[in-house]
Formats: sequence, C-alpha cells, structure tokens
Amino acid sequence: MNNSPYFLKPASVQSVMLRVLVALLPGIAAYVWFFGAAILLQIALASVAALAAEALMLALRGKPLMLFLTDGSALVTAWLIALSFPSIAPWWLTVLGTLLAIIVAKHLYGGLGQNPFNPAMVAFALMIVAYPQLMSQWPAAGATDFAGQWQAIFGARPLDAISMATPLDALRTALHTADAKASVAGVLGSNPAVGVVGGKGWEWVAAGYLAGGLWLLQQRIISWHMPTAFLAALCAIAGVFSLIDNTQFAGPLFHLFTGGTMLGAFFIVTDPVSGTTTPKGKLIFAAGVAALTWIIRTFGAYPDGIAFAVLLMNIGAPLIDLYTQPPVFGHKDKRGDSR
Amino acid sequence: MTALQRLFKFNGGVKPAYNKEASTRLPIAVAPTPTLLVIPLHQSIGGMPRPLVKPGERVLKGQRIGGADGNVSSAVHASTSGTVIAVEMRLMPHTSGLSAMCVVIEPDGRDEWIPHGPFDFRNASPTQIHDYLRDSGVVGLGGAVFPSYLKLNPEKQRNLDTLVLNGAECEPYITCDDVLMRERAATILQGALVMRDMLGAGQVLIGIEDNKPEAIAAMEAAAHAVKTAVGESSVKVVSVPTLYPAGGAKQLIRVLTGIEVPHGKRSTDYGVQCFNVGTAYAIFEAIALGQPLISRIVTVAGNVGQPRNFEVLLGTPMRDLIALCGPLPDSDRVIMGGPMMGLRMPDDSVPVVKAANCVLVGSSDLFPPPPPEMPCIRCGECAKACPADLQPFELYWFARAKIFGKAQEYDLFDCIECGCCAYVCPSHIPLVDYYRFAKSEIWARELAKVSSDEARERYEFRMLREEREKQDHAAKLAAKAVARREKAAAAKTDAAKVATTPEQDEKKALIAAALERVRAQKEQIQPENTINLTPEQVAEVAAIETRRAEIREMAKPHVWQDD
Repeated sequence: MNNSPYFLKPASVQSVMLRVLVALLPGIAAYVWFFGAAILLQIALASVAALAAEALMLALRGKPLMLFLTDGSALVTAWLIALSFPSIAPWWLTVLGTLLAIIVAKHLYGGLGQNPFNPAMVAFALMIVAYPQLMSQWPAAGATDFAGQWQAIFGARPLDAISMATPLDALRTALHTADAKASVAGVLGSNPAVGVVGGKGWEWVAAGYLAGGLWLLQQRIISWHMPTAFLAALCAIAGVFSLIDNTQFAGPLFHLFTGGTMLGAFFIVTDPVSGTTTPKGKLIFAAGVAALTWIIRTFGAYPDGIAFAVLLMNIGAPLIDLYTQPPVFGHKDKRGDSR
Repeated sequence: MTALQRLFKFNGGVKPAYNKEASTRLPIAVAPTPTLLVIPLHQSIGGMPRPLVKPGERVLKGQRIGGADGNVSSAVHASTSGTVIAVEMRLMPHTSGLSAMCVVIEPDGRDEWIPHGPFDFRNASPTQIHDYLRDSGVVGLGGAVFPSYLKLNPEKQRNLDTLVLNGAECEPYITCDDVLMRERAATILQGALVMRDMLGAGQVLIGIEDNKPEAIAAMEAAAHAVKTAVGESSVKVVSVPTLYPAGGAKQLIRVLTGIEVPHGKRSTDYGVQCFNVGTAYAIFEAIALGQPLISRIVTVAGNVGQPRNFEVLLGTPMRDLIALCGPLPDSDRVIMGGPMMGLRMPDDSVPVVKAANCVLVGSSDLFPPPPPEMPCIRCGECAKACPADLQPFELYWFARAKIFGKAQEYDLFDCIECGCCAYVCPSHIPLVDYYRFAKSEIWARELAKVSSDEARERYEFRMLREEREKQDHAAKLAAKAVARREKAAAAKTDAAKVATTPEQDEKKALIAAALERVRAQKEQIQPENTINLTPEQVAEVAAIETRRAEIREMAKPHVWQDD
C-alpha cells in the first residue's frame, strides 16, 4: 500500500496529451477549409504509423503495451509530423518520417520522457535533408480537390501539378538568387500565395493554432513563458531588421503568420521533454529558437527554420537549465548561480 | 485585533478537497477512558525519556512516568490514575511497524489527580521555567512534537518581534485546531499571552485559513474580550488564504510577515517564533492550572459514519476512538494525520500520542491506489506546486539514479515532504517516497562516513602509539642489554666456571624482567574513573547500573514476540 499523499489530483499524461490534440483541431479545421482534406489523410497515415511503431518498440523493450499506447504521446508526435510536412507529400514520406521519429528519436533514447530531441522535429529535419524537393511542395490555397490530392499522395500524379511555393520559400529564392532589384515588397506583392499578413490561407491556419494555443495556456498545459518569448523575440528581431532595410528583410507580422511560427510557438517549442524547465530557462530557450529560426529563414537554404532551431536549442537545454535554477525558499537573496 | 494586515504569498501550493465540514458539526466530545492505556515514552523530537515507574506501581493522573533525558527531550505523564502493569516494548504509531518502550497502565476509574497548582512563571528564573515546561511534557501539537520549552527560552531569544500562532490547519479532513479555536478561544489566547510574555514578543499574529470563519470569529471575539478587559492590543487575528500547505510553519511565517526562513535557520534569528494553537492551549493548562500534557484534541474522520473531534487521553488505542465513530465495513487502513502527509499505521491498536492530530480511517474507495506510474515527462507541474521553490522532477531524477550529491546540490533537504508534487504529478510518480529514500540514504552514508572516519583515526592513532611504544621498548631493552653485557663480562672475568652461555643468561634475565613488568601492570589495572569516588557517587553509580540492568531486562527479545 502506498505512502502519503493518499489521494491525487485527477491528472494524467493521457489527459495532457489529449488536450494537446484537441488544441490542434482549430488549426486543422482551417487547414482543411483552405487546403482540402489531404491533411486528414496525412494525419491518419502518421497516426497509424506512429501507433504501429510505438507498439513494436514497446513489445521489443518489454514495456506494458496498453498503458503506453493509450498515453497519447505517439499521437501528438504523429499529428505534429503530419501538420509540419506538406499535406500533398507522398504517403511514404510521412510514414518514413513518423517511423524515424518514434523508433529512433523516441524509443532508442529511452521512450516517453527520455528523448533529448523533439521527435517530430527530428523527422522533419531528416526528411528535409534527405528529400528537399518533396518537402517543399505545398498545396496552393483553394486547391481543395481531394481526388487530385489522393493521387498526389499515392504517387499517381506528379506533385508540381497542384503545388506552389510558400511565401517564405518564394521570398528566400527571390532574394537569394534574383538580381539586385528584388525587394520584399516586390516579391510578396506580386505573389498569388500571399494573403493579408502571411501566406494565403496559411495565416488562417496560424490563427487556428493561436486559438488552440491560447486554450492550452488557459488549461495550464503550457506556461506563458515559451510562446511569449518565442513570438516576442521573433517579432523583435524581424522588426529591427526590417526597420534597417525593409527591402531585404520581411517584417514581424509576415514572420508571425507564415511558415510554422504559430504551430512552433504553442506546440513544438513547448515540448516539455526536450526543452528547458525553469522559468528563466524557458524564456532563453524559446528566444534562442526564435533567433535561430529567423537566421535560417533569412540566410539559410531551407524554406523554414523552426525544426533546426528547435533541435539546436534542444542540445543546449540541459545547460540552460543548469544555469537558470530558480532560488529556493529562503535563499532568494544570497543565491548566485554557483552550481 | 482587526484583520487589517498586509499578507504575503508563498509560491506553489495546491487546493485539494478539504472534507472538513463533516467533523465540525458536533462539538468536542470527551473520549471515554479505555481499559488499558499504552503510553509510549518517546513522544517528542529528541532523546528517549527514561521510565520513572515500575510494573505494579500505582500512578496518579498527571504523574510523571517518563523523565526527560538529555538536552532535547520532554517528559511523559500518566493520563489517568491506575496501576502500571508493564513497562515494555509495544507497537508504535509509525508506518515502520517497529516497537518502542511503553508504560502500560490499567486505569482504576477514579481519575485521581496528582497534587498540582499554577506555576508562577513571572517570578521564576529562566532555568526554572525551562525545567518546569520540560517536565510538563508540552510539545508542538501541530504534528512536529518539538519540545516547547526549547522554543520558549527567553535568554536566547531576545528582540523577538512576533509570536505567530498557527491556526491555519491546512491538511484536508483535520479539524482539531478548528474546533478547539471555536470552543476554547479564550484559553488559547491566554496561553498565547503567557508565551508572548515569556518571549517578550511585541505582537501576536494568529493565522487562520479563511475556510474556518467560525474559528476566526471566535478568536476575534476572544481578542476583543482581552482588549476591553485589560487593554491588551497586541493580538491580531489574521485570515489567510486557504492554500495547502499554508499551515507549514515557514509558509505561515512567510504569509504573515513576508519573512522566508531558510532551511537550517531558526525563525527566531528573524525575530519570529511560531506555535500551534493547540500548543498554546497546552501551555495555558501547564502554567495556569499546573496540568501536564495528558490529553489532546483528535479528529476522527474519513471512512466513518460520524466524523467528530474528541478530547483523548494520550495512550488510548486508536481502535477505541474509531469505534466511537462507527467505522464503515470497507475500512482497510488507519492514517495518523491527514491525507497529504499522514503516516499509515501498522494496525489500529496503536495508541494516540502527542503527534496524533487526526486519526483518518481509509478505504480503497476513499483513497484509491494510485494509477500505474508513468515516466516523468518534465511537465513542471511539480515545480509549480512546490512551496519550497524546488525543482521536484530534478530531485526525482537524481534520487532515482542515486546521484545523491546532485540531489543535495538541488536542495533536497529543503523539501518539507508536503506531498504537493506527488499530488499534482500527471505521471502518478510517488515523488515524496523518492525524496524520503534519498534523504535516508544520505543520512545513512553520512553516519557510516563519520563512524568510518572515527574508526580510521582510532586505528591510525593506535598504529602510531604501538610504533612509539615499540621504539621506546627497543631503546630500553638495548640500554639494558648493554648494561647487562658489561656486568656479565665483568662476572666472567671474576668467575672461573661458567654455567650457561652469556646469551642464555641474558635471555633469562630479560624474561624475568618482562614477567615482573606484566605482574606489576596487572596489579595496576582498574577502571580509573571509579577510584577515589565519594560515597554519594558510588551510590549513584550503583543506581545507574541497576537501571541499566532493568532496561536491558525490559528490552529482552521475549516481549518482541507479542507483536
């Protein structure tokens, strides 16, 4: 029989994970509305692959199957992979990424709670390095023809037919390769993929993630530190550089509502397992991810930088935690960081 | 006395279901005297009191049966009059299921008090107050059972600003302080004023969680009464927000004064002293009435038909107390204290002791076994809930990996084991168990290190001494041998016949000399500290020896078999 405390708050890993999934729903709804039902297919593919890989690894490791399969953590990884991969990517790309995430990034490191890197971001990074072309084929807003998407996903039709470059990609390509005349306003102004502040349609998906993220905050699943520091730092850096030269550097609103910014701010940077845990550490970690994201978006060779930024900061997380331990009760005045 | 007091916050804390109403509906009842009282001698922090009575002896109510032993120790008393039928090892109210020395008294039903009267502390010297309170057995009744006389030493605690009276009572189910404040507010206040005067404190702050409006009203009325009667205006009743563990001494001091007392420091270093309201009541009884601590208010709650508070004679078996409240048939455990920090009892026969603020009856419905433990996902809920501002999950990793040095670096010993972290953990990890394990491992290692250091020092010193003695010895022998050889050489020239070789002769002489030394040493051997004693000292030594023999006799294994 157990020792004190004898009763526990009704909380569980499962309920935490399920609420994260629920918080993704508004974003997914907007996704379906603007870009068709392909994303649902990808989510289903990723979910099945994740659960299968999870079951296999649990069996190999001799862990209780039902307890861990129902904890919801594999589904969260799967959904994040599906949402960060292009929704019209071939089926095997999503499945392969998911298998790598669950088998390598999660279970080979010790399973739930032990992985030093965010599994979904490991999948994204590996796939974009291995298949840069396929990972850059995004659907155009309004192209919601599911039959065409089905054919694209299952390989019956070339991708280019229904894909187009995202604003981030278009901007990067234009500024890097084009002649000196290219400017942010010029590139974005003429681009059919650009909406009000970000990518056409994508800005609404981002708004959906923002709404879900705020609900997670209200549910106290995540704390304010990471999303705030991430978004504020990204705004600040983008703001300063666009003030310096607005022909070469996009402004803060563009950065906030394009690419994976909102998904990253509330669902990826906030992963507790691979991130920092102290209040100060969370601010540093998230601001670091923002800075790296901006650098990779602006000067890098990849369309979005969040995955690499998160993985790089994951490496630093234990060190950041070590140096940001909050003072304990009664030691608030004298504690420098002597650890 | 008005509650216009600036309040401070401590970080963390949780709001579990309080379940306090059921046991406050009825007034305090006096629990009947049981057929047998089992009074453990060790009921406070510190040294084990020595038994002052023998089997067969008649004792009176309030008679001292255990005398304080050592600098930190507190007396225990007979809770009623009767006959001592045994002084033996009995099962303790502790999860370990270990036994300890108890005085077993068969009450005679007459409830006859030992002569007693008020103690005039105002005209007593600090030493007299110290000894009087030690011998009246008053200890902290909030659960920590720290001897109160050590906290009421005016010599050591000058310039005390604030006396905090702890009526927060933050643990779920427990209402003994609540009902005591409702029904005996004036007495508590008198006790508080006695303590205030002993300490020379400036003000008295009585902190009560705001889920006890009746208790707050009663204490405010009492404070108002002393104000109008004698113009006493240093007492303030302060309603504090209900948040577990606001009743922890350090947390309450923080809430009332803003002062954070670090681990390892005394609150008096910061001008604050803190007592439970029940302790104040006991101090009043000890000083004004001369009654030692022989009973306390105990909440019986949980899986019983009618939860209620009782005034219970110390030594009453918990079983008798539970029977008064109609335990429900599915009850499967007895907990001393509350559901957050209470101790599971080895069975329901254990006696009510000074630490027993609550006897909580549990069942698997009321306190279901925790769901299966999952891995830590570092969500940080525990850190948010920790009132000591620790990082509980880090401590958990270190304790689990047995990296105890790191656990200490992360301030493991600042953990007050309040249970908040385990309460909120979504992975249902029994975090506090990990900290208890780590702490006891560290204590065991430090003890082992101290004793091995001592052993090594002793050994090294012995080697040194033996080496020195050997050298001395060799030098002496060499000198003697030289002398003898000279003597022998002289004899050789004198005597024509030689019976033995010079070497044999020399050996014999050496052996004889060695034997002589051994004999002389033997005569000298006697315990040095027992020579030249006065007759009184000799008598005292004899008394101690008999007492030791008695204790040895009592502690013999045959009584263990009863358990």
